[in-house]
Amino acid sequence: MTEAAARLRLLYFAWLRERVGASEEDIALPEGVATVADLIAWLRARGPGFAAAFATTKTIRCAVNQTFAAPNAAIAAGDEVAFFPPVTGG
Amino acid sequence: MATIRVQVAPFDVGVELAALTGGRTDIGGIGCFVGTVRDSAGGRPITAMALEHYPGMTERALAEIAAEAEQRFALLGCTLVHRVGTLLPGQNIVLVLAASAHRQAALDATGFLIDWLKTKAPFWKKEKFADGDESWVAARDADEAAAGRWA
Repeated sequence: MTEAAARLRLLYFAWLRERVGASEEDIALPEGVATVADLIAWLRARGPGFAAAFATTKTIRCAVNQTFAAPNAAIAAGDEVAFFPPVTGG
Repeated sequence: MATIRVQVAPFDVGVELAALTGGRTDIGGIGCFVGTVRDSAGGRPITAMALEHYPGMTERALAEIAAEAEQRFALLGCTLVHRVGTLLPGQNIVLVLAASAHRQAALDATGFLIDWLKTKAPFWKKEKFADGDESWVAARDADEAAAGRWA
């Protein structure tokens, strides 16, 4: 795997999208990020908007490659990682 | 076997029912649930509801929920249609149809499908109030409890 290919696609939905100010972005896989919890910690440190959006993980759900993922789920280069509030459809 | 769609346009229950049952003589009963937009939330009048979803994961989640229903109940077919975009009070949001040889499986599967859809499919609702305020609908513990009764 080359350095350039070590990317993550991040998606945000509902109020997380509004607080982050973007619906999606492509980032380099941050060094030391191996799990969903690692990624949340890294995102929080990015700035006040992200810190506010990810302040309470109790109301945040995550999906890795479109499947619900727990905080200890692994993240690898090329993954699509989505953050969103608990679902409210139906 | 399952028909799954996410769409902006309204759905026609009669058309969906005909599509599910057309040409078949093995079905003995069809359960039907239609979710619609209420005109108020917590006593406050609502002018519109915005439905957002996660394209790709939504279809995948709905297919998994339908597959689970087919495994648990003696289903002969089911239909899940969920609308997205801006919806007005009185308009339909979601349709669940479940066909079986007998009523109990059809009715149980219908309840299972809507309960699981509400807690496992990536849709989010935002209410727009008459006073101009907007707010994202919070997940309800009662919905989790309803989904939990199928565990």
